[in-house]
Amino acid sequence: MTDHNDFDRISGRSTTGHEWDGIKELNTPLPRWWISTFYATILWAIGYWVVYPAWPLLSSFTTGVFHYSSRASVVNDLADLEKLRGEKMAVLGTSSLTEIETDPALLALARARGKTVFADNCAPCHGSGGAGAKGYPNLNDDDWLWGGSLDQIQQTIRFGARSGHAQAHEGQMLAFGRDGILKKDEIATVANYVRSLSALSTEANFDAAAGTRIFADNCAVCHGENAKGNQELGAPNLTDHIWLYGSDEETLIETISYGRAGIMPAWSGRLDPITIKTLAVYVHSLGGGQ
Amino acid sequence: MKLAVNETVSRDDLPIGEDGPLYTAHKKVHPQSVCGTFRTIKWRLMVVCLGIYYLLPFVRWRRGLGAPDQAVLLDFPNRRFYFFFIELWPQELYYFTGLLVLAALALFLMNALGGRIWCGYLCPQTAWTDLFYAVERWVEGDRRDRLRAAARPMTVERAAKRVLKHAIWLMIAWWTGGAWVLYFADAHTLVRDLATFQAPAIAYIWIGILTATTYLLAGYMREQVCVYMCPWPRIQAALTDEWALNVTYKCDRGEQRCSLKKSFDLRARGEKIGDCIDCNQCAAVCPTGIDIRNGAQLGCIQCGLCIDACDVVMKKIGRKTRLIGYDNDVNIRRRMEGKSEVFKPVRPRTIVYASLISAVCAMMLYGLLSRTLLDVSVLHDRNPVAVRLSDGSIRNGYTVRLLNQRTFDRVIAIDIDGPPQTSVHVVGVDSVTVERPMIVLARDTTTELRLLVTAPADDKSERSMPLRVRVTDIGLGEVASATDHFIFP
Repeated sequence: MTDHNDFDRISGRSTTGHEWDGIKELNTPLPRWWISTFYATILWAIGYWVVYPAWPLLSSFTTGVFHYSSRASVVNDLADLEKLRGEKMAVLGTSSLTEIETDPALLALARARGKTVFADNCAPCHGSGGAGAKGYPNLNDDDWLWGGSLDQIQQTIRFGARSGHAQAHEGQMLAFGRDGILKKDEIATVANYVRSLSALSTEANFDAAAGTRIFADNCAVCHGENAKGNQELGAPNLTDHIWLYGSDEETLIETISYGRAGIMPAWSGRLDPITIKTLAVYVHSLGGGQ
Repeated sequence: MKLAVNETVSRDDLPIGEDGPLYTAHKKVHPQSVCGTFRTIKWRLMVVCLGIYYLLPFVRWRRGLGAPDQAVLLDFPNRRFYFFFIELWPQELYYFTGLLVLAALALFLMNALGGRIWCGYLCPQTAWTDLFYAVERWVEGDRRDRLRAAARPMTVERAAKRVLKHAIWLMIAWWTGGAWVLYFADAHTLVRDLATFQAPAIAYIWIGILTATTYLLAGYMREQVCVYMCPWPRIQAALTDEWALNVTYKCDRGEQRCSLKKSFDLRARGEKIGDCIDCNQCAAVCPTGIDIRNGAQLGCIQCGLCIDACDVVMKKIGRKTRLIGYDNDVNIRRRMEGKSEVFKPVRPRTIVYASLISAVCAMMLYGLLSRTLLDVSVLHDRNPVAVRLSDGSIRNGYTVRLLNQRTFDRVIAIDIDGPPQTSVHVVGVDSVTVERPMIVLARDTTTELRLLVTAPADDKSERSMPLRVRVTDIGLGEVASATDHFIFP
C-alpha cells in the first residue's frame, strides 16, 4: 500500500503500485454490485453456521437449528428406497420361481437384486462370478451336487448342506483310509479306476478288475453302480469332466483316504424369503440351471 | 482526477489520500435511438431470434402413435430428445457435443471475418437488452427526455411511466421464462396446466428463475454482463488478428477533429482537418456507453449502431459516409501511406475454421444418416470367462443389450457366427426355433438378455476365437451385429 498515488501517464488512470519490468498495473476497481454480492455471500455463509452443524465443541458439536445429519438423511433415503422397491419385491414374493424366470421384467428385477445379494453373501466362497474354487462348486456349470432346478437351488440356499439346520442336505464322503476301511493299495487302485471312468490316464500296472470290485463294494452305495452320482446324497457324478477337488491321482487318494465334507451354510433366517428367491433365480440364470 | 494523454504529474502534486475508489459506481447508459442499415438488420434479427424462441415449442411434428408430436422437445423424464425428424437417446449425447464444437468454430469463424458479430447481433443478452431499451424509449422517451427527467425531481407522471416500464419488462421476462419451460414438456398441455395452476412446482420455479434473470440482466445489468461477466470478449481479443474486420473509427480520415463551422475556415486556409466534427452521436447511441473513437475496446459489442449514427450526420453535412465502419488497422495504415485498401476474408485461419466446420458437419450428418434404429452390443462375461460343462463342452456367457428405437414392437432372430457347431441359448426364453432364438423387442426401449453359447469340447490350439452376434428383424430385414470373442479355458 505504498505507491497508490501513482498515475499512469498514458491512460491517465491511477495504478495499484504493482510494477513488473516497468509495466504497471492499472487500478481497475470492481463495480459496486460485484462488491455487494461478495459481502452478501459472506453474510449468507454465516447463515450456514446457524442452521447447519458447524463448530466442534469439547465432546460434541453445534447441531444448527435445522438439526441436519447426513447419517439420518441416509437412513431416510434407504427407507424411501425400500418403500419404492416394496411393491415390486412383493410381486416377486407372490410369483413362483418359474413365473419369475419366464417374465422378462421379473427376471431382470430378480437378477439385479440377486446379483447384489450374491456379491454380498456368496462371493467369498463361490467367487464374484460364481466360478467357484477348489472345494467350492462352480455355479455356472451344469453339474450339481444337490440338484440344479430352480426349486432345488432355492432349497440348498435356504437350508444349506451339512449346515446343522434340521432340513439341511446331509451326505458324507467317508474317510476310507483314515478309518481303516480300505488299505493304501486298494485306495490307489480305486483312485485309478475312478480316473478310468472319465477316460483319464491310469497307471500302467493298475488292476481294473480289482478297481471295479472295490468300487462296487464301497462306493456304488452312494455314487451309483455306473458312478453317475446321486443328488439325494450330494454324491458327485464321477464320470463327467467336473471335479470339485481335482482329478489327479494324488488328490483322489487324499479324497478317498480322508473323506470330504464341504459346508454350505443355511441362509433362511439370515436372508428373507424374497431375497433367497432372487438368489435362486440369479444362480439358475448363470447358465447351469436345469 | 483525470489526466490528459502525455500530461505528466509528480506524485507530490496529487491530492492527499487519493487512493482511487474501492469500487466504481454504475454509470447508467442512456442510448439514443438511431435509424440506419445496422439498426434495421438488428430489428429483423431480433424478430427472427425471439420469434423462434417464443413460438418453436408450439410447432408440431407427427411421429406416430405413442410418441410426442412436439417438434422440439427435451423429454428428461423419459430420456428422449426430439428435434423435428431426429430422436436422440441419452447414449447419443455426442451429437450435442458435435453441436457445441460447431458453435465454437462458428464463433471463431465469425470473429475472424467480422469481429464480434455474435455479441452485436445474435447474443441473447444483446437481443433482450435491445428489446428492453426499446420499451424504455417507448415509455419514457428518447435519450434527451430520459436524461432531463433523471436530473429533475420525481413527478406523478414520471412515477406512473416508470411503473408501466417495469410492468412491461416483467411481462416480457415472465414470457421468456414461460417459453423456456415449454421446451421440456408438451407445450399445449403445459400452458393449460400453468393457467389452471396444475403444472408441477418445478415449472413455476423455473419460470420464476428465468423471469428474475431476464429482468435483472436485460433491465439492470445490461452492458455490465458484457464487461464484467462474459468470457467471450476476453477470448475474442486473444483470437483476433489484424485482418479481421471490426467496427472501427477511421482515425486516418477523422482526425484532426474539428467543429463543422471552424473546419470550413481552417480547410480554406489549407490546414489538414479531419471529417469528424466531434458531434458525439456515435457515443450517444452506444448501448454500452463507450466512445468508439478511443479504438477497439472490451466494452464494444460491435453492434454497428455508431456506424448508423455517424452516417446520418455525414449525409447531413455532405461528407462521405462510413467514417465509422467495418475496417481494420491494416487498412488505416495503408490509407495513411496512400495505398489502396485490402480485404482478406480468405486467409489461413478462415480456411482452417471453415474446413473444420465442414468436417464436423459431415461427420454429424454421416452419423445421423447411417445410424440404425436397431442396435446390439455384446459384453463377454468377465468372471468366469469360460465354463467347462460336465460333458466337456465349453460355454461362454454374454450380456447382450438390444436397442429398438422404432415406435413399434418387433420380432428379431439371433444368429451366432463363431466356432463351429456352437449352440445358443437365451436365459429365460424357450424359443420355438431352438437353433435360432427369436424374441420380441418392445418398442422404444432397450432389452438386456443373457446369452449362453456352447461349443463342443475340442483340442483347439487357439484359446480365443472371434464371435459375431447378428440380430435380424424378421419383418423389416434390418440387421445389426456386434463382435466379441469365444474363449476356451
